[in-house]
Amino acid sequence: MPHSTAPDPMSAGDSQTMSETTIKPEPSTQDVAMEDAPSPAGDNKAKVELEELFDDNDSDQEFPSSVPAKSEEDLSQPTTFKISDTSTFSDPDVMRAFYQRLFPFRHFFQWLNHSAVPGPDFAHREFAFTLANGALLRYQSFPTADVFRKHCIKEVPPRFDIGPVYSTNPRDRKSLRKASAFRATSRELVFDIDMNDYDEIRTCCTGAKVCHKCWTFITMAIKVVDTALREDFSFKHILWVYSGRRGAHAWVSDKKAREMDDNRRRSLAGYLELVRGGDQGSKRVSIRRPLHPHLERSLNILKEHFQTTILAEQDPWAEKSEHLLNLIPDATLRAALQKKWDSSPSRPSASKWADIDSVAKSGALSKTSRELLEAKQDIVLEYTYPRLDADVSKKLNHLLKSPFVVHPATGRVCVPIDPKRVEEFDPLGVPTVTELLKEIDEWEGEEDEKKVHDWEKTSLKPYIDYYKTFVSGLLRDEKEQMSVKREREEQHGDAMDF
Amino acid sequence: MIRHDYSRVDPKRRANIDHKKKQFAKAEFAQQHYDHRLNFYTLPPTAEITLEEFETWAINRLKVLSELEACSFRNKSPEETAEYMTSILNKYLPLRSNTSRSQALQEERKKDHYSHYILRLAFSSTEDLRRRFSRLETMLFRLRYKEDDFKEREQFVKSLNLEWEEVGEAEKRELRDQLLAATGGKKSAAGEEQEWCKVDWERVPELVEQRRVFLRRGKAYVPQSQQMSLVVAEFTKWLDDALELTARALPRLDEDDRLAPILAHLSQSFTAPEAAYTSSDASIDGLSAIHANAIDSLSENFPLCMRNLHMNLRANSHLKHYGRLQYTLFLKGIGLSLEECIVFWRRSFKLMTDDKFQKEYRYNIRHVYGDVGGDANRRGRGYTPYSCQKILTEPLPGPGQSHGCPYRTFTPENLSALLQRVGVQDRNVLKTVREDVQKQRYHVACNRVFEYGHQREIKKVRDEGSWSATDLDTIVHPNTYFKRSWLLKHLGEGNAGMVGDDEKMEE
Repeated sequence: MPHSTAPDPMSAGDSQTMSETTIKPEPSTQDVAMEDAPSPAGDNKAKVELEELFDDNDSDQEFPSSVPAKSEEDLSQPTTFKISDTSTFSDPDVMRAFYQRLFPFRHFFQWLNHSAVPGPDFAHREFAFTLANGALLRYQSFPTADVFRKHCIKEVPPRFDIGPVYSTNPRDRKSLRKASAFRATSRELVFDIDMNDYDEIRTCCTGAKVCHKCWTFITMAIKVVDTALREDFSFKHILWVYSGRRGAHAWVSDKKAREMDDNRRRSLAGYLELVRGGDQGSKRVSIRRPLHPHLERSLNILKEHFQTTILAEQDPWAEKSEHLLNLIPDATLRAALQKKWDSSPSRPSASKWADIDSVAKSGALSKTSRELLEAKQDIVLEYTYPRLDADVSKKLNHLLKSPFVVHPATGRVCVPIDPKRVEEFDPLGVPTVTELLKEIDEWEGEEDEKKVHDWEKTSLKPYIDYYKTFVSGLLRDEKEQMSVKREREEQHGDAMDF
Repeated sequence: MIRHDYSRVDPKRRANIDHKKKQFAKAEFAQQHYDHRLNFYTLPPTAEITLEEFETWAINRLKVLSELEACSFRNKSPEETAEYMTSILNKYLPLRSNTSRSQALQEERKKDHYSHYILRLAFSSTEDLRRRFSRLETMLFRLRYKEDDFKEREQFVKSLNLEWEEVGEAEKRELRDQLLAATGGKKSAAGEEQEWCKVDWERVPELVEQRRVFLRRGKAYVPQSQQMSLVVAEFTKWLDDALELTARALPRLDEDDRLAPILAHLSQSFTAPEAAYTSSDASIDGLSAIHANAIDSLSENFPLCMRNLHMNLRANSHLKHYGRLQYTLFLKGIGLSLEECIVFWRRSFKLMTDDKFQKEYRYNIRHVYGDVGGDANRRGRGYTPYSCQKILTEPLPGPGQSHGCPYRTFTPENLSALLQRVGVQDRNVLKTVREDVQKQRYHVACNRVFEYGHQREIKKVRDEGSWSATDLDTIVHPNTYFKRSWLLKHLGEGNAGMVGDDEKMEE
């Protein structure tokens, strides 16, 4: 079935257009009007639309169903836009259909707004749009999900990034009397893990490429960072997102995390960062003993991966063992190993790794076995510990690509990753826009009483379902905190003496 | 007052109630008695002092602070700083412990207290000054805290009433291994007696960053031995807030034309550090406008940090972001124009398509030059070239990055190899450089290499007396390195005499 490409192609009788026109009043007053005042136009009608607005499950106007439009469009424009094998994801029509039918604007809005009622958390949030010609349009902001959605459908940005919440509306930043009144006040704590940083230790791919083998690096990184954030810092609402090509992002949405200043962000990033030093430094990893509990725990998580992912799959020392030799602190042992490996240079990494212990046992160790163990731990960490792009995490106002955006180069949707099932995540199995749109077309189900959202017909469904759960968990917590705060304020109001 | 910081009163209201209560209930601080040597400076002074005292006390404290700043610029270790500062502190701002039973005890503390507040007035006007003042005052506090008598320190900390939750015996036993592992303590009997307290991790960011505390569920477990970090963090936070308030109250001081000139004078004499880049570094007589293709030959005169970047750029036809930033700024500093700079990078990234370069790199170069970007950036003509201090205090380069100071980021072996590649063959020089680097005296090592590379020329200008001593002062800026190196290598080309004039203009 054809996708509608224009923002509002439907006839006046259509229920969608109806509701859209009625709830369309000026954004700034919209929430107020809906909140308490019954609409003067007609109570019944307004009520229905209110429910529609706030109800999560049924009749979601943001995710139009294809059913009501079907007959009409088939008649009027039978072959306007049909996904075919030749359509590509960079086609504006494809992107428009994506924003119209698949992007979860409502949950996206609630995620950033932290409540169902439009507030400054969303309205003062910066969005930066990458235009088709590559230019970056910064400081865009939108009062509600609806306005945001319309903008996306109209402009069809190939991608957009999310910035911080500012003290005032970013669009007004130039009309302020004092420039200092415009500053970033909050944003999620974010992390960026990029396959690029693993280039020197991965052997399967380089640069922008990624395969199942090296994706395991990201899996390991997610496990370690996620555990640390939850256990050590007690953050709860951590959204992991596939970056569309060869990495992953994390968005920590807890209120406490959002309100951290740069200083705190820097120290938190420093806590998690381990692999440092440029190409000319010696060891990338040098840590104190005893191991900090965080590292001890990470090492336990990473140990098994080292056996499978590094030694067996990546096999980094098969032909070139200098780097491994350099990491061994003991000169005599190093010489003995060098001799052994020179005679059989193509020995697999697993055997070489085992050689270290066996040669050491045979008497070529001049240092204590403790030191050797520590050196080996360092090597394990160097090859497995997450390599964060720490600069991203350190700044409150860093822009980061939004979840559910389509990666411009691969066409894959930046879908959330459930950290509990991170092992199952397959980056190459993530659907591309064109696949998704095709799935809508091919969907054959009953659509009688209950409307089926377009995304429910596609393989995007599990991801949006997960995202929904995530967002509602966040909203629930947010609400609790608000009520606790209010109570506290009331108590103090009584106790106040003047 | 500190205690209220953590109570749950709304901050806006709190300031009012407390302030009034304190101010009108009882003027308890009119004549303050100083129980402790250390001071959090929470109560402003109210007693009268003479105008002369006002000025001299402030100048004395300023002297101490600027010496402290100099120590940090010279990369002195905490021990060296403490040693160096002892005599200065004794001279300008002595502060004895209770046990000394000195007559002047209260006098000294009063001076310390008052001078702090005077400087607060002088240095609260701009964000820049505030940040610097708070950093230096924190350093001073830390210094004093460290050398304070153990018992008195404990009393002082107690008097602050910081809300710390003690870790109970049961919890201590349960977490014993982790606690010890986190702090790097040994499992000895002494470790058992250690007291721990639990605070929100946000209150000890530096300990968290260095992974020196155990974290669980958002709480940091701080051992008593690390309390300093907590107290110091508290001090900084308190001071920053207070400075902010002072800045807002400052305009009301305007009516006072006795104090205003003194304060203005104080803040002026506290101007930027000596390592600042001046535009005269860019104008070198005898060196005509630099073109992109001249960089290769000029790189002979570059300091090691820039040469390393240049060699990396040539080897990989690429540099990562911070490397590009550091190098572009340096090139801007030696007088490469924006157009030529873009040409230089375009040619250097020879493996890259034009389109990619235009999209992803050109803007950054223009931004550095102040050609694009916000109003402030353009008006300030972009960023200033990095000084050694800036380069030395930046985070270490990560994998694939090559910015920073090689004397700091390279291992001694790799550093020696690099130096030999650029022509430093002398065993003695390499050996002393290695010693310098081990003592973290990176700039000393760099200057040593400079002197080795220019020994003949330096001897010549010394003998001729054509360069003054200040012209041969320690180099603390990569652009100064280049300028001096170029001039020395081109002696006798009609420029040797010009240097002195230039340098004087800088001061």
